[in-house]
Amino acid sequence: MTDVSRVPDRTREIALWQEIVLLLVPLAVFMIGVNDGPAASLLATPTGRPLLRVCSDPNNLPFSNSAGQGFENKIAELIGHELHRTVEYTWWAQRRGFVRNTLSAGTCDIVIGTSAGMEMLATTRPYYKSTYVFVSRRDRHLGIHSFDDPRLERLEIGVQLIGDDFANTPPAHALAKRGMSRNLVGYTVYGDYRSANPPARIVDAVARGDVDIAVVWGPLAGYFARRARVPLDIVPVSPQVDLPYLPFVFDIAMGVRRGDSTFRAQLDQIITRRRPSIDSLLDAYGVPRVDAPRTLATDR
Amino acid sequence: MSMACRAEPSRSTGSTTAQRGAAPANGDVALPPDDGQWTRPAKDYASTRFSALNEITTANVASLHPVATFSTGVLRGHEAAPIVVGSTMYVITPFPNIVYALDLTKPGFPVKWSFNPKPELASQGVACCDVVNRGLVYDAGKLFFNTLDDHTIALDAASGKPVWNTKVGDINLGETMTMAPLVVKGKVLVGDSGGEMGIRGWLKALDESSGNVVWTAYHTGPDKDVLIGPNFKPFYAKDQGKDLGISSWPPDMWKIGGGTMWGWISYDPDLDLIFYGTANPGPWNPEVRPGDNKWTSAIFARKPETGEAVWAYQLSQHDVHDYDGINEQILVDLPIGGQTRKVLIRPERNGYIYVIDRTNGQVISAQPYGFINASTGVDLKTGALQYNPDKEPKVGSVVRDICPAAPGMKDWQPSAYSPRTGLLYIPHQNLCMDEEGISVNYIAGTPYVGMNVKIYPGPGGNRGEYEAWNPQTGKQVWAIKEDLPVWSGTVVTAGDVAFYGTMDGWFKAVDARTGKLLWQFKTGSGIIGQPITYKGPDGHQYVAVLSGVGGWSGAIVAGGLDARDSSAAGGFVNAMRDLPQKTTMGGMLYVFGL
Repeated sequence: MTDVSRVPDRTREIALWQEIVLLLVPLAVFMIGVNDGPAASLLATPTGRPLLRVCSDPNNLPFSNSAGQGFENKIAELIGHELHRTVEYTWWAQRRGFVRNTLSAGTCDIVIGTSAGMEMLATTRPYYKSTYVFVSRRDRHLGIHSFDDPRLERLEIGVQLIGDDFANTPPAHALAKRGMSRNLVGYTVYGDYRSANPPARIVDAVARGDVDIAVVWGPLAGYFARRARVPLDIVPVSPQVDLPYLPFVFDIAMGVRRGDSTFRAQLDQIITRRRPSIDSLLDAYGVPRVDAPRTLATDR
Repeated sequence: MSMACRAEPSRSTGSTTAQRGAAPANGDVALPPDDGQWTRPAKDYASTRFSALNEITTANVASLHPVATFSTGVLRGHEAAPIVVGSTMYVITPFPNIVYALDLTKPGFPVKWSFNPKPELASQGVACCDVVNRGLVYDAGKLFFNTLDDHTIALDAASGKPVWNTKVGDINLGETMTMAPLVVKGKVLVGDSGGEMGIRGWLKALDESSGNVVWTAYHTGPDKDVLIGPNFKPFYAKDQGKDLGISSWPPDMWKIGGGTMWGWISYDPDLDLIFYGTANPGPWNPEVRPGDNKWTSAIFARKPETGEAVWAYQLSQHDVHDYDGINEQILVDLPIGGQTRKVLIRPERNGYIYVIDRTNGQVISAQPYGFINASTGVDLKTGALQYNPDKEPKVGSVVRDICPAAPGMKDWQPSAYSPRTGLLYIPHQNLCMDEEGISVNYIAGTPYVGMNVKIYPGPGGNRGEYEAWNPQTGKQVWAIKEDLPVWSGTVVTAGDVAFYGTMDGWFKAVDARTGKLLWQFKTGSGIIGQPITYKGPDGHQYVAVLSGVGGWSGAIVAGGLDARDSSAAGGFVNAMRDLPQKTTMGGMLYVFGL
């Protein structure tokens, strides 16, 4: 699935985009002068239509990519439509330093997907809630839905790992706490950025049979399970919270700079008004949700 | 409880510049020859950062004044040492890693040439803490340095033209490079950064003339990858055995186990061994990786030609506190117990000063040089660090007053050793941390959880300290409390003057025997660089330092982080909220003379 011929230049592409963005920003300000909207709407295209400047990862489906194929790209278009603005991207891998180098640096004004309540930015009201899920091959008939299922101890379990910085994915914590570490197989959540959608490696590993089962964040699992070469089952993990407090279910919201409160209020209104459209988009991408949408049937 | 940490430590630091015990008698010792140059950040292979120049003394240092300044044009944290070769000074900036050559023969030290390697912009996003660079090195007509996007580059020192450029890592895998190379016997030794990104650390040797990679030593995995062979003789049983880089991990976890190498290397020509340490293990949390997690947070002794390991000693087995083991090792011969021992002195991040027999890796002593409660000591029989189980962080539970905090008692900032005083001069932190509750974070489309780490001043309330230490007695001789962490390097001279800088921009000269402040100058930005001293073309002694705040500790200024986000920069922002009121960013070279 990796287009080897073009991937080596992926980061140069990002770098190039950065340079283009850096060149465009002063140019746009120079051409139209400074009008008196909120900080987030100062800039416009040469035709005069204001910009919705989105901070986005160019290589991370189902969320976003530089071809505009992710559901966050579609949501950005929806918001651009609502605000009568043209979507323009600052591409930057959504790794450590993402917010610092994009939103905080002022090269863009909105992050479409982030954890609600993240301290380093101001988040809108959540627009979906998803869960970590167990992913396994349907032909294995595992049906495991709980971290306390005794069969887990005899299986090879894929989990995503973060790094050495006092942080990790909740399934890694939950399984280690239950004494399962020798049967864990770690996949770095970052992966190799030269390949397409690097975090998806863990779903490939289940389909190939490299691991018996994996615990993966819902949107990633839902999207790639549909595209896997063999049928895969995805089952939300239980419990939803490990005591004393380790959540597996997270609210996802949009993020803006702290202080951009007018812009955030506009986004809150759009999220409320366009919730049915957002829900159907998420359905189309196979995003498992905990708060099943009330107005639409799902295909889950 | 908080009393445990905030109470004055039993080994009182005393008041500012209090003299404790007698310094070794006068300086009538044979000094190493000094050509007045400063060709590598650590000055010499033994990493003493000692200069035999003695024109500047305790008596005249008060008349030191700036003779030239130079703006680097870069705003981020400047951790590098300037170097001086002949009548040229060379400076490397943080990202984008521009190299400048300054002509010391002309007034104002004009630029002879500059070189911009144009590293990939995206590498800034991969770097963990700030986009720093710790220096360049000169050898045989060429300059060698690393770029943040993983290139090792050789320049012709006279013209600034590139001679070779080798890509040794990949930012797509999370690797970056920030360390200063060391050149030994025609090999350019370089290591990687990026343990936060789930990578596997290494040290590589590149051929000095071609740039070809001659050997790579990984720090996790099978013995053949770690370059452990039949001549590997670790001193302690805990470090002996086959393929410990695999068996001390759960299956395959070593492949993303960290153990990078972004610090310092020393070399002993007589033993023909290089010495360096490895960074902490990944991933966090520690329950995922039961075992010692070799060879992370360890010291290696290797043969420079082949990379073959001769001994190794793991300082912090199964590290849980982010205590990278990349600090400097100072090589000296010390009289201990009636005989002269070839030792390696290492003020370690975990809070102990290790004095190690560098011929075999035996720990002779390991004394705390500040307040520690995360561990209770080092067992000299087994070599094992004795952890305090009450201070081990666990997700979902609250652990308060862990000392030292994640940046350790001392981070990368290198200390100095004077053969005249017999003392070690150590710039360091005095910080503790709380780990409470869960913080939710989000990366690559994936929500995850971490500890809510809050770092704050340790006992006494001062966040930093500059101390003189006697490695023979294992005791502090004097200490200067600093309000901010002392994140700069230091240099000590045959004039018995020691220099260091503070994060609010003061460049200070103190009496190496008493710690008395003799002179200070306020530079434009906080100092986290490594001062040097050299003999100029006019035959006079000068002192130089880069000013320009940043680094992990200064990220709140250099990275423009939000003071309201106490968990930013791994919790360090909590301890540094006032820094934006005390300094602003901006890289500037200062050269001082009499």
